[in-house]
Amino acid sequence: MRLEWPMSSLDPYETEPGLSRRAVECVVAALLGILAVAVLWDSYERGAGWSNGPQSGFFPARMAWILLAAAVVVFVQGLRAESRVVVTWAQLKQVFSVLLPLTVYVFAIGYLGIYVASAFFLAGFMIAFGSFRWWAILAASVLIPLVTFWVFEMQFEVPLPKGPLEAMLGF
Amino acid sequence: MENFGYLLDGFQVALTLHNVLFMLLGVLLGIVVGVLPGLGGPNGVAILLPLTFSMDPTSAIILLTSIYWGALFGGAITAVLFNIPGEPWSVATTFDGYPMAQQGRAGEALTAAFTASFVGAIAGVVLITFLAPLVAKFALRFGPAEFFAVFFLTFCSFIGMGKENKAKIIVSLALGFILAGVGIDTISGDMRMTFGVTELMSGIDFLVVVIGMFGISEILMTLEEGMSFKGKKAKIDLMVVLRTWAELPRYFVTFVRSCIAGIWLGISPGGAVAASFMGYGLAKRFSSRGERFGTGEMEGVVAPETAAHAAGTTALLPMLALGIPGSATAAVLLGGLMIWGLQPGPLLFVEQKEFVWGLIASMYLGNIVGLVVVLSTVPLFAAIMRIPFALIAPVILMMCAIGAYTVANASFDIWLMLVFGVVGYVFKKLDYPLAPMVLALVLGDRAEDAFRQALIGSAGDLSVFWDNGLVTSLMAISLALLLWGPIADGLSLLRTRRPAAAE
Amino acid sequence: MKTAALAGAALLLSTFAASAWEPTKSVEIVVPFGPGGASDQMARTMQAIIQKHGLSKESFIVVNKPAATGGEAMMDIKKSKGDPHKLITTSSTIYMTPLATKIPVSWQDFTPVGMVAQDEFGLWVAKDSPLKNVDDLKAAAKAANPPIKVGGGGSKREDELISFGVFTELGAPISYIPYKSGGEASTQLAGNHILVETNNPSEDVANWRAGLTRPLCVLSPKRIAYTAKVTADMSWNDVPTCGEQGLKFTYNMLRGLFMPGGVTPEQQAYYVDLIQKIVATPEWQEYLERNALLSDVRVGKDYVDFLNADEAKHKDLMAKAGFLPTN
Repeated sequence: MRLEWPMSSLDPYETEPGLSRRAVECVVAALLGILAVAVLWDSYERGAGWSNGPQSGFFPARMAWILLAAAVVVFVQGLRAESRVVVTWAQLKQVFSVLLPLTVYVFAIGYLGIYVASAFFLAGFMIAFGSFRWWAILAASVLIPLVTFWVFEMQFEVPLPKGPLEAMLGF
Repeated sequence: MENFGYLLDGFQVALTLHNVLFMLLGVLLGIVVGVLPGLGGPNGVAILLPLTFSMDPTSAIILLTSIYWGALFGGAITAVLFNIPGEPWSVATTFDGYPMAQQGRAGEALTAAFTASFVGAIAGVVLITFLAPLVAKFALRFGPAEFFAVFFLTFCSFIGMGKENKAKIIVSLALGFILAGVGIDTISGDMRMTFGVTELMSGIDFLVVVIGMFGISEILMTLEEGMSFKGKKAKIDLMVVLRTWAELPRYFVTFVRSCIAGIWLGISPGGAVAASFMGYGLAKRFSSRGERFGTGEMEGVVAPETAAHAAGTTALLPMLALGIPGSATAAVLLGGLMIWGLQPGPLLFVEQKEFVWGLIASMYLGNIVGLVVVLSTVPLFAAIMRIPFALIAPVILMMCAIGAYTVANASFDIWLMLVFGVVGYVFKKLDYPLAPMVLALVLGDRAEDAFRQALIGSAGDLSVFWDNGLVTSLMAISLALLLWGPIADGLSLLRTRRPAAAE
Repeated sequence: MKTAALAGAALLLSTFAASAWEPTKSVEIVVPFGPGGASDQMARTMQAIIQKHGLSKESFIVVNKPAATGGEAMMDIKKSKGDPHKLITTSSTIYMTPLATKIPVSWQDFTPVGMVAQDEFGLWVAKDSPLKNVDDLKAAAKAANPPIKVGGGGSKREDELISFGVFTELGAPISYIPYKSGGEASTQLAGNHILVETNNPSEDVANWRAGLTRPLCVLSPKRIAYTAKVTADMSWNDVPTCGEQGLKFTYNMLRGLFMPGGVTPEQQAYYVDLIQKIVATPEWQEYLERNALLSDVRVGKDYVDFLNADEAKHKDLMAKAGFLPTN
């Protein structure tokens, strides 16, 4: 059955430390179980029975029972799983080094508007992960939002979230 | 044959020089809006609508429908290149299209997708040409019970037990159904599973989930694996089109199967999204190469694209014949029809012959023009894969955010997209299959609505699901397809066991 | 011709009257529904008229915000206090959504611009249905077991409210089947999947003209004014009111515009003036007639009085129908 794993000659999951698959499987299954319970609570609150056809909670409740059962199975399977690393710390660091800025970016869209936030995000990303010259970074992070603005706001008249800078310029 | 004469007249209307130019303009604009997440057919139509006020209705509709064709073609591009479905029906295209691009076969995947779209669309147009009035009548026979049966059929054709962990398939499926139910319930008006969050009232949009689970999570996966798109070294030239074409006749049966599935769902009106999944599911089950689907099999691109476009085209029929818009673009077109003083509806075919047949002729021509245009851009799009990851990744992320926002012009959707990006990443790491969840999310609430509408009508009597020939046969085919998997598995198990036992 | 001349005159006047305030950037018309619906069509018609007649130097953009049954759109307008470059189209959802969902927003937070028309509603049956009038319907509904199937667009929205009002008065139970839109309900009626349907004319006219459905009566105090033939032998004016047949329940739905709160009187005056120019164009008259809308323009205090009375009516009806949330 080992053939199911992607096998490559330098399998980092064998050699490097990281999060164990067993732990991640169990946590995810537990979260799914909690979600299922929340849905069950919500559905039975409204009525999940059958009166001249299913009530509004009927289907969600049945699905939540199924989800709960499957989550329990996955949890048990997770406990029994062999101890392997599902993601190495180095990989996880990479993922978070984008996920956190991405979260900040989404947060910033609400305040700065999508264009200004994108300019910062582009510049940050290019500095962190690329090896571009400063003028390339500047050009890309200014021009791309500008072109986007031109296409969306001026050509197609699709308003996207805007912030104080656009307001100052009269848009 | 009477129709054929009208069609020839229609070609004469559509083939004038300025109408062909309008087609070209429309298709180009359509591709642009189709590629950019956040823009779609409706935006393209809206921008050109004022231009059409001074035109005659036939030229106007030719221009605007060309945008529709262009956008249909464009949706596959981001699906193949970045795993981000530009349109809902391109989701199934990502299953094999994206792996192909990763293997450096983006050009082949795009060519296959475009060609398949074209074949599907033409099949749909042929149907409209010859059977329009008949088909429109047939569509009226679909009440809630029949609708449910159609969704059930789609479902059963897609869900076979895959090789993945069975418990995880079920988790994915159940989660999809639960997500589909979030928000105001169509039937009771109750607020379901919103837990007091106002923004969840209108539900979780399928496109937002897909952008997050496929697009965002893909970027995260790529980062983890060393930050570069694998398809970089692909050789790109126009010859790729011819090479791919030489390969396509092998999939003749898949083309036919998907055309039938697509047309059927276009008429019945299950829609293009359902059709793409059904096309993929059927091909996976009945093709000799089905086993390898999901690993970059060209047939897995052909099957959903053909079906989706056969359905999408056939779905224009209800708009023309019944005045019901099948999609947002169709809705804007419908608005256009009315502004030009045309009343869509069954009488359009009788009262506005020249217009209707000019339009139908332009469907043929618009698709041909569209195919030529998109094929010639294949090298251009495939070359996008060569842009350094550190530049293209933030641009993709930005486009994802724009795409999520514009679904309902709601900022909350950008947050949802981010959440589903993380969910998608975790699920991919743990080998949860995503396709069953997406399918359940698309069809779940519609199937449930139809089921409950049927039961309200029958006062809770379940026999509505087998009280006429149409619904009974649909249900029977569904069950047969559902059980086909285990039966076939059992048979093949017996076959492989026996030699093993003999050894 | 007369309307065209009037429109021309209005146009001329507008160039002289362009005094106090004018938009300085493009104006968003927020539609609290998805594309293709009646509100969307109205907004796009207005947009087209403004563009075609050059009523404004700046462009008008239609933005659909269907999230939270229009709640999202209303919250957006509430948050845009003082922004004179936003309009929102309204129908009865402007009271019904806050009442039914308890979203903390009310039309009182907005600046009223004006009402431009009212929707008519009717009871529709399939072409070959044996029902000819309200009495037939009453008899059929009372005799039926299980109850007759009545279709409409949406749950706990205007169509279900109307069904509730009509059949409470007729004293018969029904099974109300909600569909995603009025158009879908009309098709289901044409296919004989439901017995009767409540719908506004625009979403049923296509099937009526095609001989698939027909109107039983109009739920309005007066008949629809348009006398041009819609089908081979009938005009809207030939359709009787339900009142003529002894059914007292009536329902009309406003179609109007608001802008965010906290704008100056000059800014409000600009849009009040604008909609008066729009409704004077021949295209607007065509739009009204095509959708069999009741021409009813109200601005200023007249509009506010109407809103107050209409909101009270909806609140009462929704309470009786049990559509108000209990918790």
